[in-house]
Amino acid sequence: MTKSHTTTGAPRFADHPFVQELPASLVAAMGRVAVERTYATGDILLREGEPAREFLLVVSGKVALEAVMPARPRLTIQTVGPGEVVGWSWLTPPHRWRLDARAVKPTQAFSIDSEILRTLLDEDPANGYRFLLHLLPFIAQRLENTQFQLLDVHGD
Amino acid sequence: MATDAVPFAAADASAPGQSLVPVPYVVRSLTRETADTVTLVLDPDNGGERPRFQPGQFNMLYVFGVGEAAISICGDLEQRDRLVHTVRSAGKISQALSEMAPGSTVGVRGPYGTGWPLDKAVGKDVVIVAGGLGLPPLRPAIYDLVRHRDRYGRIEIIYGARSPKDLVYYSEIQTWRARPGLRFQTTVDTAGRDWYGDVGLVTARLPDARFDPANTVAFLCGPEIMMRLTAQALETRGVPPAAIYVSLERNMKCAVGICGHCQFGPEFVCRDGPVFSYGEVRRFMTVREV
Amino acid sequence: MVGPTVRDGAIVYGEIREDSDLPTGWRDRQEAGKYRLERRTDKALFGYNVGPHGWKKYLFPSRERLWTGARTGTSFAIEPEKDEGPPFAFLGVRACEMAAMDVSDKVFGKAGDPGYRERRRKALRIAVQCGQAGGTCFCVSMGSGPAVRAGHDLALTEILTPHRHYFLVEVGSAEGAEVLAGVPLSPATPSDSASAEAIVAKTATSMERTMNPVGLRDLLVNNPEHPRWEIVARRCLSCTNCTMACPTCFCNTTEEVPELSGEKVERWRRWDSCFNSGFSALHGTSVRASTKSRYRQWLTHKLGTWHDQFGMSGCVGCGRCITWCPVGIDLTEEVAAIRTPVAPTQSAEAKA
Repeated sequence: MTKSHTTTGAPRFADHPFVQELPASLVAAMGRVAVERTYATGDILLREGEPAREFLLVVSGKVALEAVMPARPRLTIQTVGPGEVVGWSWLTPPHRWRLDARAVKPTQAFSIDSEILRTLLDEDPANGYRFLLHLLPFIAQRLENTQFQLLDVHGD
Repeated sequence: MATDAVPFAAADASAPGQSLVPVPYVVRSLTRETADTVTLVLDPDNGGERPRFQPGQFNMLYVFGVGEAAISICGDLEQRDRLVHTVRSAGKISQALSEMAPGSTVGVRGPYGTGWPLDKAVGKDVVIVAGGLGLPPLRPAIYDLVRHRDRYGRIEIIYGARSPKDLVYYSEIQTWRARPGLRFQTTVDTAGRDWYGDVGLVTARLPDARFDPANTVAFLCGPEIMMRLTAQALETRGVPPAAIYVSLERNMKCAVGICGHCQFGPEFVCRDGPVFSYGEVRRFMTVREV
Repeated sequence: MVGPTVRDGAIVYGEIREDSDLPTGWRDRQEAGKYRLERRTDKALFGYNVGPHGWKKYLFPSRERLWTGARTGTSFAIEPEKDEGPPFAFLGVRACEMAAMDVSDKVFGKAGDPGYRERRRKALRIAVQCGQAGGTCFCVSMGSGPAVRAGHDLALTEILTPHRHYFLVEVGSAEGAEVLAGVPLSPATPSDSASAEAIVAKTATSMERTMNPVGLRDLLVNNPEHPRWEIVARRCLSCTNCTMACPTCFCNTTEEVPELSGEKVERWRRWDSCFNSGFSALHGTSVRASTKSRYRQWLTHKLGTWHDQFGMSGCVGCGRCITWCPVGIDLTEEVAAIRTPVAPTQSAEAKA
């Protein structure tokens, strides 16, 4: 895992593993609107049910995706770490988060406003296509991981 | 050829301790690991030394009047005065074993099968991936790797379980983790608020593991689906299938290759396995109901 | 001495005490799923082929006690069983059965089974050359007959002419020679030998069933998803007849048999079959739950992976599995079907 730090110590957007395969013009445009966020342990990044408004690229730390069920303790169904991304529910209706995301360690991430990102993608469909194509394996992997967790891959 | 499998050859059937008749051992202690798993420490009845074994081998443990079950040996090679087995309560016999009081007698015959080829890992990076109750069969290998640390390159261990309370050897894991030059990652399928570690598949931990794929040996143990996914992920990363080893499980009655129950393709898991090179068994691992 | 005798409408193996125990003047008619006895027009003693039994029931008994255990305070003591059975003399061993014993020698030898080794070592084998081809057998294809050429203590060829009924006896061992002491013999003439050879040659050429064994191992191991498995599975009842009748099938299971008091226990071994549902039980379910997977396992093992394990085929072409299958599944037919290249439409139909 490459650490993405400049000499000043701040992470560079263009160094994030997720954007390495994206067209340079899109990366530059995203980088211009990306905002650095810092979360302390226990902070909620995304809350289930709330409008999905950002796309997060995790730089360091660890984020737990949690399912909240009535009368049951919270259940973490996946943790996401450096180099990975969180939050694509803004792509599909009802455009609301399906899970909670909570920092289980001090976490740094880039946040991109989903409205701006949608505009960037709509304006340049070629870039839009590349972005979705690039995001798809992450979604597919998350789905596959969940399926296998259901199959009790670590059980018997 | 099925008989030319991994180099750690099965122990000689005629060697002492290899007879087909169970030998009595006394339960010295029974420690609870998780809600359904215990670790038994057994002493040879005559007070002597137990037979030598190789990490990865198993014994047939016998409960008088109930029957036998194949259980991997999970103790330290160097502790010659005791035999250690971690047992999950899953059927009639393992249930009976889980309820053995100290002082009672357990029959043992073995060791049987092939072991983890530690000799092939010398000078290489070692990646160990365990799922659920796959950690006990790997523990004797881990002890050996830690004891002879200088023989090996990087040591990366990944252990996944259903939930934090299903992790076995938890305090021991902390001591391994504290050792320099060894990384031990744990991950679970689901967790509550009190878990600050990873949640997800063992394969999701691989990107964080550092090893040179061309110069790595991997030992995998756990549910077959976990071993298959992990082996595929390692292969994608460049580890040759012949350098990946898996430990398979099948129904066992005799443990000496005569009852036919443990067959997996051309292999007798009791005799040609349980440790196999992934390169050799890969084709059968992807066929349903083999 | 054990040998062929008529019982329950078949020629089975049982104790032979006198001439009248032998199936004189009887022959068998076998086809897929069919077996019946028929009277011959002559008085041949060995004028049949093979019945449902093989010699494996003597060398590898269907139930065998391995040891007896007894509680001793908190511990236990185990007494292994000593095989004190009498040595057997097998009368009427066919070439395919000699071949089957070669196979079993390899299987049990590799596992170091002391019981089999002991019984086999003590057994005297009086072979009989086949005077006719059976309805289901194909030993010629498998290279296991019809002539017995080696391994026998004695080998008999029954020769019946309108004027003479006699046996050509070939001595194969010192034990065999010993048995013949006291039996009225005369040296065989060249014409006797020629007659004997001619009988066996005629058996070979009149054998109707064939199975090409070349490349069979790879064919089966490489085709676990061949549509034919699905087709044969629809017929197979998983009844285990084939595995019981097969002279080389060796699968078995162990049983713990405690006394009511719990103070004593016996460990028994008994025949099992890969067609049984619990055979591949693992973690509460069966690895091979479907009939398709079990039939595939049986055939792929018998004709395929047996080579990997023992360096030879598990099949000797005796035809018993074909005869005794209640629905008449014929493995030679199954193999031929798997050899046939599958056209896309064929496999689609097969899957439907």
